[in-house]
Amino acid sequence: MEEFAALVDALVYTRSRNEKLRLIAEYLRATPDPDRGWALAALSDGLDFPAVKSSTIRNLMQERVDPVLWTLSRDFVGDTAETASLLWPAPADPPSPPSVSETVELLSAMTRKSVVTELPRLLDRLDASGRYALLKLATGGMRIGVSSRLAKTAFAQAFDVSVDEVEEYWHGLQPPYAELFDWAAHGKPPPDTENLPTFRPFMLAHPLEDTVVDLADYAAEWKWDGIRVQLVRAGGETRLYSRSGDDISATFPELLDVLPFNAVLDGELLVRGSVQGGEEGGAASFNALQQRLGRKTVSKKMLTEYPAFVRLYDALIVEGDDLRERAWTARRSRLEALMARLPDSHFDISSVVEARDFEHLAQIREGSRDDAIEGLMLKRKDSPYIAGRRVGYWYKWKRDPLLVDCVLMYAQRGSGKRSSFYSDYTFGCWDGDPDQGADLLPVGKAYSGFTDEELKKLDRHVRQNTVNRFGPVRETDRSLVFEVAFDSVHESRRHKSGLAMRFPRIRRIRWDKPPHEADRIEALRLLIRD
Amino acid sequence: MAASFSWIRPEPHGIHIVPADCWVDPSRAVDKALVTHGHADHARGGHDQTVATPETLAIMKLRYATSAGATPVAYGETIRLPGGVDATYVPAGHVLGSAQILLEHAGERVVVTGDYKRRADPTCAPFEVTKCDIFITEATFGLPLFTHPPIEEEMAKLLERLAAHPDRCVLVGAYALGKAQRVIAELRRAGHRDPIYLHGAMEKMCRLYEEHGVDLGELRLVADYSKDDMRGAVVVCPPSALNDRWSRRLPDPITAMASGWMRVRQRARQRNVELPLVISDHADWGELTRTIEEVAAQENWITHGREDALLRWCQLHQRRARALALAGYEDEDD
Repeated sequence: MEEFAALVDALVYTRSRNEKLRLIAEYLRATPDPDRGWALAALSDGLDFPAVKSSTIRNLMQERVDPVLWTLSRDFVGDTAETASLLWPAPADPPSPPSVSETVELLSAMTRKSVVTELPRLLDRLDASGRYALLKLATGGMRIGVSSRLAKTAFAQAFDVSVDEVEEYWHGLQPPYAELFDWAAHGKPPPDTENLPTFRPFMLAHPLEDTVVDLADYAAEWKWDGIRVQLVRAGGETRLYSRSGDDISATFPELLDVLPFNAVLDGELLVRGSVQGGEEGGAASFNALQQRLGRKTVSKKMLTEYPAFVRLYDALIVEGDDLRERAWTARRSRLEALMARLPDSHFDISSVVEARDFEHLAQIREGSRDDAIEGLMLKRKDSPYIAGRRVGYWYKWKRDPLLVDCVLMYAQRGSGKRSSFYSDYTFGCWDGDPDQGADLLPVGKAYSGFTDEELKKLDRHVRQNTVNRFGPVRETDRSLVFEVAFDSVHESRRHKSGLAMRFPRIRRIRWDKPPHEADRIEALRLLIRD
Repeated sequence: MAASFSWIRPEPHGIHIVPADCWVDPSRAVDKALVTHGHADHARGGHDQTVATPETLAIMKLRYATSAGATPVAYGETIRLPGGVDATYVPAGHVLGSAQILLEHAGERVVVTGDYKRRADPTCAPFEVTKCDIFITEATFGLPLFTHPPIEEEMAKLLERLAAHPDRCVLVGAYALGKAQRVIAELRRAGHRDPIYLHGAMEKMCRLYEEHGVDLGELRLVADYSKDDMRGAVVVCPPSALNDRWSRRLPDPITAMASGWMRVRQRARQRNVELPLVISDHADWGELTRTIEEVAAQENWITHGREDALLRWCQLHQRRARALALAGYEDEDD
């Protein structure tokens, strides 16, 4: 555990991507199996120990530290695991750190009952760095500036194999990835994934920004407002994966017996409705889809009220035929030909948007008032299907956001990189004429869209203009205006204003604008489109 | 109880000694100011009269290029203020010249700590516990998670990293007054004899320390030397220069920062620090609470920092306390 803790600390303090790769690769080469496999799992997808939750740690701490002092400390640090590692009372005995494998074994064996005595015993065997690494590992999600992709790249670098191959095998394997190390480090044959319904990493798009493309080389499609999914059938089983590769099959059982042949298909998950692409038998807005997301079990009522289907974008593998190295046009014809064999009830195809030239396409994009179209996708006609984002192949060309001027009302401290800065802002619009005594009602919350420099200024503004404190939340004197950008706005019963914004972010900080000139609720209400 | 101390009043811009019409560490210009130490959030320029230790006055003169109306008071010396108030300057152990100010009036004793620490520091006189009725304390690191490790451990970390990278330099961001000189003096104490390179902004303060008898060994200005000269060396700069273009003239610097905030990983990350050195000139949680116990005041007033937590501690330990809302004190780069 000492080596792993040292690696975690080094990664926390390293800025350079190459240096991070070097540190992880070095660790993976030097550490024996299966310790390195567990460490790789912790750094990439994270490990899950059902008995150890953030709340477990909080409860343990509150038995050892005054709850008020705990809360103040946690609020300052912005990270439960780190706060606990710092506040844990120093044990009487010198540290006797377990190996990573032993740690994983002990954590896996813990139950909700035993964790109360077992976790402290483990913490007592470690120093502050070790405790931090342990708690991070135990609660999943290290959040130390290492993405899953970076960890896999480091693995590839450590053993001089291709990262695309690593990705390919990855999703069919379980930590501590013995087969992966056997193949990469010990020269054994690669793991067999052909007959397993495993996830293949998505091809992603870059934002178009100022690029202009020639429509002779690029095809355009609508960017639908659902969630990107991959539907995989192999070995007699169908699975549905989210963009990050999470298995979400259980949430959408209606899609698990409708694919009549082995395939890996890429598409947008939507629920039936009348908004998106009405002429093709439409879908409902994202708001409707949201009713279905994140549920472990699905009621009959949900299935009837919000039936899901997949609007297909691409075909990666069809009946054993791997199409990924073929051009987009070839994959597209194959997909079009497949449609006859797929039930209309659960599939349609994302149509290609025809335009004379780029300028015409820009007009079409501008004219798309359909609220549930996010914009356009531009795909190079000769592009293979490659995991990740590759410059020049696919672009996303989002619609211009909607804008509204709001007044800062509350601020909360952020976590991670922004810990101890007031970086989460709740803002409101006027419920009438502010000069006639109308009040502000909160309409949304944002924590992005500003630079680090601006964050410092905002943090200072919050601290100097606080009128009230509610635990970690500060109420400000409502003197600052934000220009807020958002993708759409919907009716919502969750907020007092009756409105909820989608993807709100701070577009500009209007230090110059008097708050009474900010927008009113009614102006925002006019932008509702579903 | 508090009513009998009506001669001392916390106001938003400082602590007012009413019968003397004097202010302790006022954040705006006043007729007469008693200053605890030379850091900018305590020692502002522009007062008609300034009462401070000779070292603090020298520091203020260096910073504000004025010494009008300066009254020096040595450690242990008592001066009589108008209205029957006596002020005694007691070492605070924070930086060179830093003092607590003991105020006595009508048999009542009030101590204003300014900033302080309890750890040994080769660059300044050690803190002295002074019993009092009202203890006005700082609380910069007033959270139980702040435990400053022994400085020897932090120096060992620095020297170890230096030895491991003979082609690079270690660039230490350190507050220009106090922290920088303490880091240099501690490096010397740890046996580091090589020349130490300074950012130009550090030079005068280091010279001032030397004039006051603090030995800092051989110091060189970065501007006078080449990249190659500085390989394997320690370079000290103000925290603001750490990620500045200035550092491009250095040989592949390893960025370090000497600050109590480095105890929290994300604070180090926010400053792009690769080598965090947990070194502070303020009292940590243990020192703050121990000091409150030792001075055994009837009441504790908490000026700036994490006052909520220290208030809570006082409440848990049945000690009377209140937080003062003083403006203008900042979380310096300590």
